[in-house]
Amino acid sequence: MKPTDTSNPEYFHKVVDCQWACPAHTDVPEYIRLIAQGRFSDAYVENRKSNVFPGILGRVCDRPCEPACRRGRVEERPVAICRLKRVAADHRDDITDRLPKPADKSNGKKVALIGAGCASLTVANDLAPLGYDITIFEALDTTGGLMRTNIPQFRLPPEVLDEEIGYILDLGVDLKLNHRIDSMKELLDEGYDAVFVGTGAPKGKNLEIPGRYDSENIHIGIDWLESVAFEHVDSIGENVLIIGVGNTAMDCCRTSLRLGAKSVKVMARKPRGFFKASDWELEDAEEENVDIVVNHSPKQFVIEDGKLVGMTFELMEYNVDEQGRIDRGTVVGEETFPCDDVILAIGQDNAFPWIERDIGIEFNEWDCPVVDEQTMMCSHDGIFFGGDSAFGPKNIIWAVAHGHEAAISIHKYCHDEDLADRLPVGINLSSQKMGMHEWSYSNDYDPAARRMMPHVDLKERFKKIDIEVELGFTAEQTLQEVERCLNCDIQTVFAAKLCIECDACIDICPVNCLTITANGDEAELRTRLSAPALNPDQALYVSEDLPQTGRVMVKDEDLCVHCGLCAERCPTGAWDMQKSTVLIPYASDEAADDKAVEAPAA
Amino acid sequence: MSYISKPKVAHPGIPRNKLGLTVRDYEGVISTLCAGCGHDSVTAAIVQAVFELNVEPHMLAKMSGIGCSSKTPAYFVSQSHGFNSVHGRMPSVTTGANAANRTLTYIGVSGDGDSLSIGAGQFVHAIRRNLNMCYIIENNGVYGLTKGQFSASADIGSKPKKGLPNQQEPIDPVSTALSLGATYIARSFSGDKEQLVPLIQGALSHDGFALVDVISPCVTFNDHEGSTKSYAHTREFYHHVVDADYIPPAEEIKTQYDKGAAMPVELHDGSKIILRKIDDEYDPTSRAAAFKYLRERFNAGEIITGLLYIDDSRKEMHDLMGNIDTPLAQYPLEKLHPGSDELKKILSRYR
Repeated sequence: MKPTDTSNPEYFHKVVDCQWACPAHTDVPEYIRLIAQGRFSDAYVENRKSNVFPGILGRVCDRPCEPACRRGRVEERPVAICRLKRVAADHRDDITDRLPKPADKSNGKKVALIGAGCASLTVANDLAPLGYDITIFEALDTTGGLMRTNIPQFRLPPEVLDEEIGYILDLGVDLKLNHRIDSMKELLDEGYDAVFVGTGAPKGKNLEIPGRYDSENIHIGIDWLESVAFEHVDSIGENVLIIGVGNTAMDCCRTSLRLGAKSVKVMARKPRGFFKASDWELEDAEEENVDIVVNHSPKQFVIEDGKLVGMTFELMEYNVDEQGRIDRGTVVGEETFPCDDVILAIGQDNAFPWIERDIGIEFNEWDCPVVDEQTMMCSHDGIFFGGDSAFGPKNIIWAVAHGHEAAISIHKYCHDEDLADRLPVGINLSSQKMGMHEWSYSNDYDPAARRMMPHVDLKERFKKIDIEVELGFTAEQTLQEVERCLNCDIQTVFAAKLCIECDACIDICPVNCLTITANGDEAELRTRLSAPALNPDQALYVSEDLPQTGRVMVKDEDLCVHCGLCAERCPTGAWDMQKSTVLIPYASDEAADDKAVEAPAA
Repeated sequence: MSYISKPKVAHPGIPRNKLGLTVRDYEGVISTLCAGCGHDSVTAAIVQAVFELNVEPHMLAKMSGIGCSSKTPAYFVSQSHGFNSVHGRMPSVTTGANAANRTLTYIGVSGDGDSLSIGAGQFVHAIRRNLNMCYIIENNGVYGLTKGQFSASADIGSKPKKGLPNQQEPIDPVSTALSLGATYIARSFSGDKEQLVPLIQGALSHDGFALVDVISPCVTFNDHEGSTKSYAHTREFYHHVVDADYIPPAEEIKTQYDKGAAMPVELHDGSKIILRKIDDEYDPTSRAAAFKYLRERFNAGEIITGLLYIDDSRKEMHDLMGNIDTPLAQYPLEKLHPGSDELKKILSRYR
């Protein structure tokens, strides 16, 4: 293998699994260290820089960081990253003077944002301080989009939404509520310099099977949740079936329990392991005694005397092959479940009935606009998309990431710059050595297991619909959980020319990730390391030829616990622990006089 | 040294030996030697060797004297027996321990100062008795613990960090052991575990005195230019002459060997050592030939490594003396201590 090019910012960025997996690339280890020091406000501000909504995301983020977390490979369970984010939000002091400031004066550019959800709000957050005149058009009478209408209040209290959305609106954004945009053409005629579409994927999928339109007790999940959020619906029958087993289904079943349902069943077409819902949302639903019924495929609704009385399902059997892929299944029987209400939670679609098809916006075979993944611009110059409206349903943190990228594009578009010529992601490395055997971070491995989120008592929580179930970590839990973080951003950096091949680092490494050996091609090299490197997604860090024998130092990044012992045991300082700070460019960096990503203060 | 101890976390796929233990279970406390010390690599090689040999920790006794080298038994197999003796007296303490209990596996770790100066007399008599032990010399040519004076193994012309080059003839533990009739003599390098681990395994399995002289650089006082015991010098001048593969008892030989070069030697416990001659001329079973070869190469400045001499036919101390197999601690008290009447009878035999 060729020596690893660590000057490429991507290399060390990827080692920080959580940050790499996060669409917005939040600097997770950094904010966890700040929490560990009790610097909750600093942790909040660090979060907000990239993810804009720490309080919201600390409760309801889809957490792509957690399955990626190295701790989950070293032992079983990842660091409770999302819970810690909420700790920063819950315990922060007043941080308003550290938020982006409204612009002193307008730069004369008008930007329209359609929809007041997380994508548009992120664009506003990035562009308003630069002097853009931002107008947000929202069809409903409130902000937040799906964060407010689809996420139940017992998971995300409205005060949290209002506060974090308020930070953005306070930047001098012109918010037009109850203002549905019915025609893109008309909007374009109003002379905006750029338009951003952040309208989500607002159409719940339907289930066209017999009986679908013969009862009013068959609901579309996201529409039903919205009606509950706006208090248009405040009750449901005793027996409820939820069709589908994604995260919307989890919200529907738990909401049903709070509106009077006595028995709630989530009907899954496939077996466990093939559910779309996140594990933790499933756990929370099952804690509330929701029944999850597997291998049942909807066949028809049973209507008697114009009333929904049950639903018939086909019993399925599946084969799973060696790669873990499931076949289409075979029908082995039929079963009818009695019910009073059925909620369909089988997915969402994008819908753009308000965009004229003759104005130069190209649509693809799924009737979605063709959007550039980097610039977020569609085929019509000056019109940008983000969030679910860009590439179909994803989640809040993706919408935020899209918003940041779109803000950069809008800025460049408004200044006649090439949209593709963007500031590159950079990286800063700085040694963390404080003394002979002292590092600036808590380098010892803490064997503590993941802390469990305390919940409101099962009886108590159903008394009202807006009792937040999760109580947040206690101080003790926080203290233990922060120590579980492996500080993956404190990189092991190797200087081959200093190595005397004494093996000290190899002997001390607790997880056998280091080897000095003859070079070879990657597949072959992976087989003859101190411990077999079986995870091809994790890089091998290969050194230049070592001075004494011409062999190479190879580090398998997979399971390194970043304890720093290799660097402590190195007599020549060939290994060093250096903190990598990924420099993510934002619109403000593109607008800065020096056109450079602002480096961290310390 | 380090402030934190080696974390207990291990690679999830870490292998287990026949006892169900992992290599981590054979570790000791964290080393307080200088970072980069060759001795720590020797420790790691011992840990690997006893792990692979499925040694039961409570059946291992680790013995040492004084010096940097003699600290190392603290760094492996915490669950075993240990004795940290007076300077240079490790061989006699081991002799006593072994005399009382021959069922344990004895591993003595010493240094060039501990064995070739203050303990030289002890060292040679342990060989003479063919004491059944693995005797490791962590050989770095200096007294590291007293800040780097030359030891008895320093080569002529080797430069110290400060002061004049060494003028005195070195004592070579390998030729010394050869001349005294040791039955298993090996030399290796702390930076070459592929060679060192099987040599230690062979030494632990050998019935009799087994010497493993390990060039183990002192990273603080003897790793500079001009030193003949530095990492760089050792790598430049060392040669494998005859490598050894250790094959445990009842295990088949899986590797294909070239006929001429491979020489299997069966040990008393049924294990085998396959000697792989890198230099065809070398005969590791002839004392005279080995001695001649070693001296010639030594004079040429070469550091000759491998299993340099083996003779598994000679009896170890207990067998020479016809001792019982049972450890004295397990021997019935009435037989061990027959009483004063019996003692009088014995004494009367010599009147």
